[in-house]
Amino acid sequence: MTDFQFPLPKEEYMYPGHSACPGCGEPISMRMLLKALGPDTIMNVPAGCCAVIPGVWPTYSLKIPLIDHAFECTGAVSSGIRAALDHFGKEDVTVVGWAGDGGTADIGLQSLSGAVDRGTDMLYIMYDNEAYMNTGNQCSSATPCGANTTTTPGGKSHQRTKKDVMKMMIANGIVYGASLNPAFPEDFMEKVVTAKGIRGPKFLHILSPCPSGWKFDPRNTIKIARLATETGVFPLYEYRNGETIFTKDLKNRKPLEEYLRLQGRFKHLSQADVEGMQRVLDESIQKLLKEE
Amino acid sequence: MNYRDLPSMPVAAQSTESITTGDWRTIRPVLNKDLCDRCYHCWAFCPDVSVIVEEEGSFPKVDLNHCKGCGICSTECSKQAITMVREDL
Repeated sequence: MTDFQFPLPKEEYMYPGHSACPGCGEPISMRMLLKALGPDTIMNVPAGCCAVIPGVWPTYSLKIPLIDHAFECTGAVSSGIRAALDHFGKEDVTVVGWAGDGGTADIGLQSLSGAVDRGTDMLYIMYDNEAYMNTGNQCSSATPCGANTTTTPGGKSHQRTKKDVMKMMIANGIVYGASLNPAFPEDFMEKVVTAKGIRGPKFLHILSPCPSGWKFDPRNTIKIARLATETGVFPLYEYRNGETIFTKDLKNRKPLEEYLRLQGRFKHLSQADVEGMQRVLDESIQKLLKEE
Repeated sequence: MNYRDLPSMPVAAQSTESITTGDWRTIRPVLNKDLCDRCYHCWAFCPDVSVIVEEEGSFPKVDLNHCKGCGICSTECSKQAITMVREDL
Protein backbone atom coordinates (compact mmCIF):
# COMPACT_ATOMS: atom_id res chain seq x y z
CA MET A 1 0.00 0.00 0.00
CA THR A 2 1.86 3.04 -1.20
CA ASP A 3 -0.98 5.40 -2.08
CA PHE A 4 -2.26 6.35 1.33
CA GLN A 5 -0.78 9.00 3.55
CA PHE A 6 -1.51 9.07 7.26
CA PRO A 7 -3.62 5.98 7.80
CA LEU A 8 -4.93 7.53 11.04
CA PRO A 9 -5.77 11.06 12.25
CA LYS A 10 -2.61 13.00 13.05
CA GLU A 11 -3.60 14.32 16.50
CA GLU A 12 -1.96 12.50 19.39
CA TYR A 13 -3.77 12.05 22.71
CA MET A 14 -0.96 10.08 24.30
CA TYR A 15 2.49 11.12 25.52
CA PRO A 16 5.57 8.96 24.98
CA GLY A 17 7.34 7.55 28.02
CA HIS A 18 4.52 5.43 29.44
CA SER A 19 5.34 2.23 31.32
CA ALA A 20 4.15 -0.47 28.91
CA CYS A 21 6.59 -3.27 28.04
CA PRO A 22 8.37 -2.91 24.68
CA GLY A 23 6.07 -4.17 21.92
CA CYS A 24 2.91 -4.19 24.05
CA GLY A 25 -0.29 -4.33 22.01
CA GLU A 26 -2.34 -2.27 24.43
CA PRO A 27 -0.91 1.24 23.92
CA ILE A 28 -1.31 0.74 20.15
CA SER A 29 -5.03 0.14 20.67
CA MET A 30 -5.34 2.92 23.25
CA ARG A 31 -3.66 5.38 20.91
CA MET A 32 -5.91 4.41 17.98
CA LEU A 33 -9.01 4.54 20.17
CA LEU A 34 -8.23 8.05 21.43
CA LYS A 35 -7.50 9.23 17.88
CA ALA A 36 -10.97 8.02 16.88
CA LEU A 37 -12.80 9.41 19.93
CA GLY A 38 -11.12 12.80 20.20
CA PRO A 39 -10.57 15.00 23.25
CA ASP A 40 -14.15 14.92 24.64
CA THR A 41 -13.62 11.62 26.40
CA ILE A 42 -13.41 10.51 30.03
CA MET A 43 -11.78 7.18 30.68
CA ASN A 44 -11.95 4.96 33.73
CA VAL A 45 -9.64 2.02 34.34
CA PRO A 46 -9.46 -0.73 36.97
CA ALA A 47 -6.29 -2.37 38.25
CA GLY A 48 -4.23 -4.15 35.63
CA CYS A 49 -1.83 -3.25 32.85
CA CYS A 50 -4.28 -0.52 31.84
CA ALA A 51 -3.77 1.21 35.21
CA VAL A 52 0.02 1.16 34.85
CA ILE A 53 0.32 2.25 31.23
CA PRO A 54 -1.41 5.65 31.58
CA GLY A 55 1.23 6.44 34.13
CA VAL A 56 2.72 5.76 37.50
CA TRP A 57 1.92 8.64 39.84
CA PRO A 58 2.90 11.55 39.64
CA THR A 59 3.22 11.20 35.87
CA TYR A 60 0.44 10.58 33.39
CA SER A 61 0.52 9.66 29.70
CA LEU A 62 -2.90 10.59 28.31
CA LYS A 63 -4.25 13.99 27.28
CA ILE A 64 -7.79 13.20 28.49
CA PRO A 65 -9.13 12.81 32.07
CA LEU A 66 -8.85 9.36 33.60
CA ILE A 67 -10.11 7.83 36.86
CA ASP A 68 -8.30 4.94 38.47
CA HIS A 69 -10.48 2.68 40.62
CA ALA A 70 -10.84 -0.79 42.18
CA PHE A 71 -10.70 -3.93 40.09
CA GLU A 72 -14.40 -4.89 40.10
CA CYS A 73 -16.20 -1.59 39.45
CA THR A 74 -15.50 -0.47 35.85
CA GLY A 75 -19.19 -0.67 34.92
CA ALA A 76 -20.32 1.06 38.13
CA VAL A 77 -17.82 3.92 37.80
CA SER A 78 -18.82 4.40 34.14
CA SER A 79 -22.46 4.68 35.25
CA GLY A 80 -21.45 7.20 37.90
CA ILE A 81 -19.48 9.39 35.48
CA ARG A 82 -22.37 9.29 33.02
CA ALA A 83 -24.86 10.31 35.74
CA ALA A 84 -22.66 13.27 36.72
CA LEU A 85 -22.25 14.35 33.07
CA ASP A 86 -26.01 14.09 32.50
CA HIS A 87 -26.58 16.22 35.61
CA PHE A 88 -24.42 18.96 34.11
CA GLY A 89 -26.02 18.53 30.68
CA LYS A 90 -22.80 17.37 28.96
CA GLU A 91 -24.22 14.78 26.63
CA ASP A 92 -21.51 14.96 23.97
CA VAL A 93 -18.78 13.57 26.24
CA THR A 94 -17.97 9.88 25.69
CA VAL A 95 -17.46 7.72 28.79
CA VAL A 96 -14.98 4.90 28.21
CA GLY A 97 -14.50 2.00 30.60
CA TRP A 98 -11.22 0.31 29.66
CA ALA A 99 -10.68 -3.02 31.42
CA GLY A 100 -8.64 -6.12 30.79
CA ASP A 101 -9.94 -9.62 30.29
CA GLY A 102 -9.57 -10.41 34.01
CA GLY A 103 -11.30 -7.16 34.98
CA THR A 104 -14.14 -7.95 32.56
CA ALA A 105 -14.65 -11.68 32.23
CA ASP A 106 -13.90 -12.62 35.84
CA ILE A 107 -13.77 -9.86 38.42
CA GLY A 108 -15.77 -7.02 36.89
CA LEU A 109 -18.52 -9.10 35.30
CA GLN A 110 -21.25 -8.21 37.81
CA SER A 111 -20.74 -4.45 37.62
CA LEU A 112 -20.54 -4.59 33.81
CA SER A 113 -23.77 -6.57 33.71
CA GLY A 114 -25.37 -4.01 36.05
CA ALA A 115 -24.25 -1.07 33.93
CA VAL A 116 -25.58 -2.70 30.74
CA ASP A 117 -28.83 -3.50 32.54
CA ARG A 118 -29.23 0.16 33.58
CA GLY A 119 -28.74 1.16 29.95
CA THR A 120 -25.75 3.40 30.77
CA ASP A 121 -24.56 5.33 27.72
CA MET A 122 -20.95 4.13 27.78
CA LEU A 123 -18.30 2.49 25.70
CA TYR A 124 -16.97 -0.55 27.54
CA ILE A 125 -13.73 -1.95 26.23
CA MET A 126 -12.30 -5.33 27.04
CA TYR A 127 -8.70 -5.45 25.85
CA ASP A 128 -7.93 -9.10 25.73
CA ASN A 129 -4.41 -10.31 26.45
CA GLU A 130 -5.81 -13.69 27.50
CA ALA A 131 -4.47 -13.90 31.08
CA TYR A 132 -3.68 -11.76 34.13
CA MET A 133 -0.56 -10.27 32.58
CA ASN A 134 0.07 -7.41 35.02
CA THR A 135 0.68 -9.83 37.89
CA GLY A 136 2.74 -12.23 35.80
CA ASN A 137 0.65 -14.41 33.51
CA GLN A 138 -1.98 -16.19 35.60
CA CYS A 139 -4.83 -18.01 33.86
CA SER A 140 -8.11 -16.10 33.45
CA SER A 141 -11.41 -17.31 32.03
CA ALA A 142 -10.44 -15.70 28.70
CA THR A 143 -7.30 -17.84 28.36
CA PRO A 144 -7.58 -20.08 25.30
CA CYS A 145 -7.52 -23.86 25.57
CA GLY A 146 -4.05 -25.37 25.88
CA ALA A 147 -2.17 -22.14 26.68
CA ASN A 148 0.71 -22.26 29.12
CA THR A 149 0.38 -19.83 32.07
CA THR A 150 1.96 -19.88 35.52
CA THR A 151 -1.22 -21.38 36.99
CA THR A 152 -1.63 -23.90 34.15
CA PRO A 153 2.00 -24.99 33.76
CA GLY A 154 2.62 -26.98 30.62
CA GLY A 155 -0.77 -25.95 29.30
CA LYS A 156 -2.15 -29.49 29.43
CA SER A 157 -4.20 -28.70 32.53
CA HIS A 158 -6.09 -25.93 30.79
CA GLN A 159 -8.76 -27.65 28.73
CA ARG A 160 -11.58 -25.10 29.07
CA THR A 161 -12.59 -22.98 26.12
CA LYS A 162 -12.40 -19.20 26.20
CA LYS A 163 -15.36 -17.47 27.84
CA ASP A 164 -17.56 -15.77 25.24
CA VAL A 165 -18.19 -12.43 26.94
CA MET A 166 -19.66 -10.91 23.78
CA LYS A 167 -22.48 -13.47 23.69
CA MET A 168 -23.21 -12.78 27.36
CA MET A 169 -23.34 -9.05 26.69
CA ILE A 170 -25.62 -9.50 23.67
CA ALA A 171 -28.00 -11.50 25.86
CA ASN A 172 -27.62 -8.77 28.50
CA GLY A 173 -28.89 -6.10 26.08
CA ILE A 174 -26.04 -4.07 24.56
CA VAL A 175 -26.97 -1.84 21.59
CA TYR A 176 -23.65 -2.26 19.80
CA GLY A 177 -20.86 -4.80 20.04
CA ALA A 178 -17.75 -5.35 17.95
CA SER A 179 -14.42 -7.13 17.98
CA LEU A 180 -11.42 -4.99 17.08
CA ASN A 181 -7.87 -5.75 16.10
CA PRO A 182 -5.09 -3.13 16.10
CA ALA A 183 -3.54 -4.82 13.03
CA PHE A 184 -6.47 -3.51 10.95
CA PRO A 185 -6.49 0.24 11.74
CA GLU A 186 -9.16 1.28 9.19
CA ASP A 187 -11.61 -1.33 10.47
CA PHE A 188 -10.69 -0.38 14.07
CA MET A 189 -11.33 3.35 13.55
CA GLU A 190 -14.59 2.76 11.68
CA LYS A 191 -16.04 0.62 14.48
CA VAL A 192 -15.03 3.07 17.21
CA VAL A 193 -16.55 6.01 15.31
CA THR A 194 -19.76 3.99 14.76
CA ALA A 195 -19.91 3.12 18.46
CA LYS A 196 -19.39 6.76 19.43
CA GLY A 197 -22.46 7.77 17.42
CA ILE A 198 -24.81 5.34 19.15
CA ARG A 199 -26.37 6.02 22.56
CA GLY A 200 -26.65 3.20 25.07
CA PRO A 201 -24.33 0.50 26.40
CA LYS A 202 -21.68 -0.52 23.85
CA PHE A 203 -19.15 -3.30 24.22
CA LEU A 204 -15.91 -3.61 22.28
CA HIS A 205 -13.54 -6.58 22.41
CA ILE A 206 -9.94 -5.75 21.45
CA LEU A 207 -7.22 -8.33 20.90
CA SER A 208 -4.01 -7.23 22.60
CA PRO A 209 -1.00 -9.53 22.08
CA CYS A 210 1.35 -9.60 25.07
CA PRO A 211 5.02 -10.30 24.21
CA SER A 212 6.05 -11.28 27.75
CA GLY A 213 3.04 -13.47 28.51
CA TRP A 214 2.53 -15.07 25.11
CA LYS A 215 6.31 -15.44 24.86
CA PHE A 216 7.12 -14.05 21.42
CA ASP A 217 9.58 -11.55 20.02
CA PRO A 218 8.19 -8.01 20.68
CA ARG A 219 8.66 -7.13 17.01
CA ASN A 220 5.91 -9.63 16.02
CA THR A 221 3.04 -8.04 18.00
CA ILE A 222 1.13 -6.74 14.98
CA LYS A 223 2.05 -9.80 12.89
CA ILE A 224 0.50 -12.09 15.52
CA ALA A 225 -2.57 -9.87 15.90
CA ARG A 226 -3.06 -10.01 12.13
CA LEU A 227 -2.59 -13.80 12.06
CA ALA A 228 -5.20 -14.19 14.82
CA THR A 229 -7.82 -12.75 12.50
CA GLU A 230 -6.50 -14.39 9.33
CA THR A 231 -6.54 -17.86 10.92
CA GLY A 232 -10.02 -17.34 12.38
CA VAL A 233 -8.98 -17.44 16.07
CA PHE A 234 -10.21 -13.88 16.52
CA PRO A 235 -12.91 -13.17 13.92
CA LEU A 236 -13.76 -9.50 13.36
CA TYR A 237 -17.49 -8.84 13.52
CA GLU A 238 -20.00 -6.20 14.37
CA TYR A 239 -23.25 -6.72 16.27
CA ARG A 240 -26.04 -4.22 15.71
CA ASN A 241 -29.85 -4.35 15.79
CA GLY A 242 -29.86 -8.07 16.50
CA GLU A 243 -27.59 -8.93 13.56
CA THR A 244 -23.96 -10.03 13.44
CA ILE A 245 -21.93 -9.03 10.39
CA PHE A 246 -18.39 -10.30 9.80
CA THR A 247 -16.14 -7.46 8.65
CA LYS A 248 -13.19 -9.64 7.58
CA ASP A 249 -13.42 -12.70 5.38
CA LEU A 250 -13.66 -15.97 7.32
CA LYS A 251 -13.87 -18.38 4.40
CA ASN A 252 -10.24 -18.28 3.21
CA ARG A 253 -8.31 -18.87 6.39
CA LYS A 254 -4.62 -19.48 7.00
CA PRO A 255 -3.69 -22.66 8.88
CA LEU A 256 -3.88 -22.29 12.66
CA GLU A 257 -0.35 -23.65 13.02
CA GLU A 258 1.15 -20.38 11.71
CA TYR A 259 -0.42 -18.51 14.62
CA LEU A 260 0.41 -21.08 17.31
CA ARG A 261 4.04 -21.71 16.34
CA LEU A 262 5.01 -18.05 16.77
CA GLN A 263 4.09 -18.16 20.45
CA GLY A 264 6.03 -19.75 23.29
CA ARG A 265 2.87 -20.40 25.32
CA PHE A 266 1.82 -23.04 22.73
CA LYS A 267 5.31 -24.53 22.36
CA HIS A 268 4.37 -27.80 24.09
CA LEU A 269 1.62 -28.68 21.60
CA SER A 270 2.30 -31.73 19.45
CA GLN A 271 1.33 -31.95 15.78
CA ALA A 272 -1.73 -34.03 16.74
CA ASP A 273 -2.81 -31.38 19.28
CA VAL A 274 -2.54 -28.66 16.66
CA GLU A 275 -4.60 -30.71 14.20
CA GLY A 276 -7.23 -31.29 16.89
CA MET A 277 -7.38 -27.57 17.65
CA GLN A 278 -7.70 -26.79 13.94
CA ARG A 279 -10.69 -29.16 13.74
CA VAL A 280 -12.41 -27.56 16.76
CA LEU A 281 -11.78 -24.09 15.29
CA ASP A 282 -13.18 -25.09 11.86
CA GLU A 283 -16.33 -26.48 13.48
CA SER A 284 -16.90 -23.35 15.55
CA ILE A 285 -16.41 -21.10 12.51
CA GLN A 286 -18.85 -23.19 10.46
CA LYS A 287 -21.35 -22.66 13.27
CA LEU A 288 -20.66 -18.90 13.30
CA LEU A 289 -21.13 -18.63 9.53
CA LYS A 290 -24.47 -20.43 9.74
CA GLU A 291 -25.67 -18.01 12.43
CA GLU A 292 -24.82 -14.99 10.30
CA MET B 1 10.24 15.24 51.54
CA ASN B 2 7.52 14.77 54.11
CA TYR B 3 4.17 13.10 53.39
CA ARG B 4 2.52 16.40 54.34
CA ASP B 5 4.11 18.00 51.27
CA LEU B 6 2.16 15.71 48.97
CA PRO B 7 -1.12 16.94 47.48
CA SER B 8 -4.26 15.96 49.42
CA MET B 9 -5.58 13.97 46.47
CA PRO B 10 -3.53 11.62 44.28
CA VAL B 11 -3.91 13.61 41.06
CA ALA B 12 -1.25 13.15 38.41
CA ALA B 13 -0.48 16.43 36.67
CA GLN B 14 2.92 15.81 35.10
CA SER B 15 3.32 14.16 31.69
CA THR B 16 5.33 10.98 31.21
CA GLU B 17 7.54 12.75 28.65
CA SER B 18 10.05 13.34 31.47
CA ILE B 19 10.59 9.56 31.80
CA THR B 20 13.29 8.44 29.39
CA THR B 21 12.13 4.95 28.48
CA GLY B 22 14.79 4.99 25.76
CA ASP B 23 17.17 3.65 28.41
CA TRP B 24 15.42 0.27 28.15
CA ARG B 25 16.44 -0.13 24.54
CA THR B 26 18.91 -2.78 23.36
CA ILE B 27 18.25 -2.43 19.62
CA ARG B 28 17.65 0.81 17.73
CA PRO B 29 15.63 1.38 14.52
CA VAL B 30 17.62 2.84 11.61
CA LEU B 31 15.78 4.15 8.53
CA ASN B 32 17.10 3.69 5.01
CA LYS B 33 15.76 6.79 3.24
CA ASP B 34 16.37 5.32 -0.23
CA LEU B 35 13.82 2.55 0.40
CA CYS B 36 11.25 4.47 2.48
CA ASP B 37 8.11 5.39 0.53
CA ARG B 38 6.51 7.28 3.45
CA CYS B 39 3.50 5.02 3.98
CA TYR B 40 3.77 5.78 7.74
CA HIS B 41 2.96 2.25 8.86
CA CYS B 42 5.78 2.64 11.40
CA TRP B 43 4.06 5.74 12.76
CA ALA B 44 0.63 4.09 12.91
CA PHE B 45 1.78 0.99 14.79
CA CYS B 46 4.32 2.54 17.19
CA PRO B 47 3.20 1.73 20.76
CA ASP B 48 5.46 4.37 22.29
CA VAL B 49 4.42 7.38 20.18
CA SER B 50 8.12 7.58 19.27
CA VAL B 51 7.95 7.73 15.48
CA ILE B 52 7.59 11.41 14.68
CA VAL B 53 6.33 12.74 11.36
CA GLU B 54 6.68 16.51 11.35
CA GLU B 55 4.51 17.12 8.30
CA GLU B 56 2.86 15.04 5.61
CA GLY B 57 5.42 13.92 3.06
CA SER B 58 8.48 14.12 5.31
CA PHE B 59 10.51 11.11 6.39
CA PRO B 60 9.63 9.61 9.78
CA LYS B 61 12.07 10.31 12.63
CA VAL B 62 12.61 8.30 15.79
CA ASP B 63 12.45 9.88 19.24
CA LEU B 64 15.40 8.01 20.77
CA ASN B 65 14.66 9.36 24.26
CA HIS B 66 11.47 7.32 24.40
CA CYS B 67 11.80 4.50 21.81
CA LYS B 68 11.92 1.18 23.68
CA GLY B 69 13.30 -0.68 20.67
CA CYS B 70 10.50 -3.21 20.24
CA GLY B 71 11.03 -3.46 16.47
CA ILE B 72 7.36 -3.38 15.41
CA CYS B 73 8.26 -0.60 12.93
CA SER B 74 10.85 -2.79 11.21
CA THR B 75 8.42 -5.76 10.91
CA GLU B 76 5.53 -3.65 9.67
CA CYS B 77 7.56 -1.53 7.23
CA SER B 78 6.08 -2.22 3.79
CA LYS B 79 9.47 -1.71 2.05
CA GLN B 80 11.78 -3.26 4.71
CA ALA B 81 13.44 0.15 5.02
CA ILE B 82 13.94 -0.07 8.80
CA THR B 83 16.63 -2.29 10.27
CA MET B 84 17.24 -2.87 13.96
CA VAL B 85 20.85 -2.19 15.00
CA ARG B 86 22.30 -3.29 18.33
CA GLU B 87 23.05 -0.42 20.73
CA ASP B 88 26.64 0.04 21.88
CA LEU B 89 27.20 -0.95 25.48
